Amino acid sequence: MIAFIVRRLLQSLVVMLVVALLAFSMFRFIGDPVNQMVGVDTTEEVRENLRERLGLNDPVSVQFGRFVVNAAQLDFGISYQHKKEVSNLLAERAPATLELAFLSAIFALIVGVPMGVYTGLHRDSWLSKVFLTVSLVGISLPTFLIGILMIFIFSVWLGWLPSFGRGEVVDLGFWSTGLLTVSGWQAAIMPSITLGLFQMTLIMRLVRAEMLEVLRTDYVKFARARGLPNRAVHFGHALKNTLVPVITITGLQLGSIIAFAIITETVFQWPGMGLMFLQAIQTVDIPIMAAYLILIAFIFVVINLIVDILYYVVDPRLRIDRATAAGH
Amino acid sequence: MRLRQAILTAAAAAVLSVGAGTGAKAETFRWAFQGDAQSLDPHILNETFTIGFHSNIYEGLIRRDEDLKIQPALATSWEMMEPTRWRFHLREGVTFHNGNEFNADDVIFSFQRILKEGSDMGSKLAPGTEVVKVDDYTVDFITENPNPILHYEWADVFIMDKEWAEKNSATQPSDVAKGEENYAAFNANGTGPFKVQSRETDVKTVLVPNEDWWDEPKHNLTEVVFTPISSDATRVAALLSGEIDMMYPVPVQDLRRVDSNAGTSTMTGPELRTIFLGMDQMRDELLYSNVEGENPFKDQRVREAFYRAIDINAIKQKIMRGQSDPSALMISPFLFERADEFERLAYDPDKAKELLAEAGYPDGFQLQMDCPNNRYVNDEAICQAVVAMLAKVGVQVDLNAQPKAQYFAKALAYDVSFYLLGWTPSSLDSYNVLANLIMCLDREKTPIQAKFNYGGYCNPKVDELANEVLVETDQEARNDKIEEAFRTLHEDRGYIPLHQQYLAWGKRDNIDLVQRPDNQFMLYRVNVN
Repeated sequence: MIAFIVRRLLQSLVVMLVVALLAFSMFRFIGDPVNQMVGVDTTEEVRENLRERLGLNDPVSVQFGRFVVNAAQLDFGISYQHKKEVSNLLAERAPATLELAFLSAIFALIVGVPMGVYTGLHRDSWLSKVFLTVSLVGISLPTFLIGILMIFIFSVWLGWLPSFGRGEVVDLGFWSTGLLTVSGWQAAIMPSITLGLFQMTLIMRLVRAEMLEVLRTDYVKFARARGLPNRAVHFGHALKNTLVPVITITGLQLGSIIAFAIITETVFQWPGMGLMFLQAIQTVDIPIMAAYLILIAFIFVVINLIVDILYYVVDPRLRIDRATAAGH
Repeated sequence: MRLRQAILTAAAAAVLSVGAGTGAKAETFRWAFQGDAQSLDPHILNETFTIGFHSNIYEGLIRRDEDLKIQPALATSWEMMEPTRWRFHLREGVTFHNGNEFNADDVIFSFQRILKEGSDMGSKLAPGTEVVKVDDYTVDFITENPNPILHYEWADVFIMDKEWAEKNSATQPSDVAKGEENYAAFNANGTGPFKVQSRETDVKTVLVPNEDWWDEPKHNLTEVVFTPISSDATRVAALLSGEIDMMYPVPVQDLRRVDSNAGTSTMTGPELRTIFLGMDQMRDELLYSNVEGENPFKDQRVREAFYRAIDINAIKQKIMRGQSDPSALMISPFLFERADEFERLAYDPDKAKELLAEAGYPDGFQLQMDCPNNRYVNDEAICQAVVAMLAKVGVQVDLNAQPKAQYFAKALAYDVSFYLLGWTPSSLDSYNVLANLIMCLDREKTPIQAKFNYGGYCNPKVDELANEVLVETDQEARNDKIEEAFRTLHEDRGYIPLHQQYLAWGKRDNIDLVQRPDNQFMLYRVNVN
């Protein structure tokens, strides 16, 4: 197990290096950061001087090497636009993104799993059909459109929920949370639903398919034959056995939720890392872009690792296979 | 027991009613823009929004009123002692937000600070200008050459407190290359009408009025909350739902929505920026074109053909939805009093075809157009319309519309043959337009002469006139020369001016404010009714 984790960590290091290299080879094509840092009246001399001092005139390989050496020491430099240390900026913005991702994932699970179970058990009921139709909307409409629609219905039309921002935030020193205030919760409702809708649909359809599959198996028939109540059969035996793929997908999707929060954060002006990343692209703020991409790669790697470990816990067969394999 | 309860209830009610009373008086003003001021450091970026934001906190020696007229601010008066020596008399009894007194040392310090590395305001002071302290409230500026518009841009040169900057080691604006954070980028200490109470970059900035401001406040605000909202639709929604009191810019397509909504309305007016088309007139062979061995734009008839092929009224009606003023000049009519004497060439596609045929291109030719797609109002749509209009006269244009970061990188490398650009003269004076766009491009000089003349239009006569404009101190004679320079450019068809785009602000009906044509927002003129 430990050897497995160590091997995985080494692999992840390679993944992150590759991501950084790809990122750096792309940065050359997104424009000149210096033009975004000064006004139009600034002379070419001053611009060239700044470019030189920022090291932007060095070959990509040199810039990349410098970045890797600094990043290894957790130093991501100063943001060109914010004039602030990138690590501090990311630390400031991370709570917003993580809270949003967490709420979305919870929403997707809490709503998606029961809906999946229901549609799996009652295939032909009209409610199942409604669920399936609604879920089709969730999967086919782009995120920003859902967000904008919700804003127009719930903020402009009904006036129930705020259209932007995070509400009142309580600063706990190391973490700023919106979960301790009423306005914070109000502000979180629409973004988390927007962000979680796709995942919810995915989980619902997955649970439904798995349920249909599992309900046909012999052990479920046997459980019924034993006279176990429906509840115990459905939730104790059937649902439990659908959970392996659900955990995989939820886990992997958590990474995408964090990474793709960019669009939701922009629509709702949610002050998280994704919004900052998008603005960094517009202003060619290379230190932020580089650090963000590395961070996202890291999150994906860690989540994959956790999912793999969870497999071990949930599925005893994996453990036995490994043990017997080792025995040979 | 019961009596005690009654007293307590009464007391609580009294407290509550008092609270409600003050609550009604507190005038919080919430507003949004599409981005944030980059920093609180007033010398870090020479960009309209950032400067406008700072102008509510910091002040310069002069300021501009709602009609952009120069008003005294931290200087009460000034005079030209001799053509190269100006004397500024400073306002006495002004204090910074931290209580420090304002005097000549702060002025000298600030003018030195804008020349340091990391500052973007260096261009506001001509090279070689000496700043000399005469006494605590008098400062002399000694220039190398006579300059009749020395102080025109100084509304944007904000004065910082020398002691405060020294104490917090912020005597130089933050220098990204050194990898250091700077106190002045996150804290502010000006003399202006508002103080910064809290700031989270890109999230929220709260300002409160400066009770000790030297001028009579013309606002009734007790608190100002600023939030950047980058998504257009969300910004509009926030205004419509009443979560904010004012925001800009309003996207052109949403103007009607904001106006038709009960309780909100828009304010529009021509901005100072002129949108125009430029043509490569310097290369012997046009880039990205099927014409080999020659450059059609070197022929005045081709340039005129392009000019006449563009139906500016169609652009105004269909693309700008009425929110633009067609322009015959490269400067806003607001900034040049003789603008009325110029008229656009009429839209005439037949004449355009004739001219192209005369110039030897009866079947037109093919070329590339570069265009930003997130810089000006409907920039990409304007370019698409231009492409369609030129197609009608036989010119085939491949449009290359890119985000501003990529577009300007290409344009500043002079790698364009036909392009769209907008220009606002930062000094609000014609010389700035001549010097940046119209004089001959000279990349050998430092600084580059006419750096933004990407197409390299060049007429030595205009250069001569521009150099005279620079030092001419008689206003009428100066205007004569400016007019002649613009007239020459017009005859040469050196550029194709398109229009002044409109500013579009959205606000709630209970807000009174003034809109300045340079798009700077004066919080100190806002009233909540």
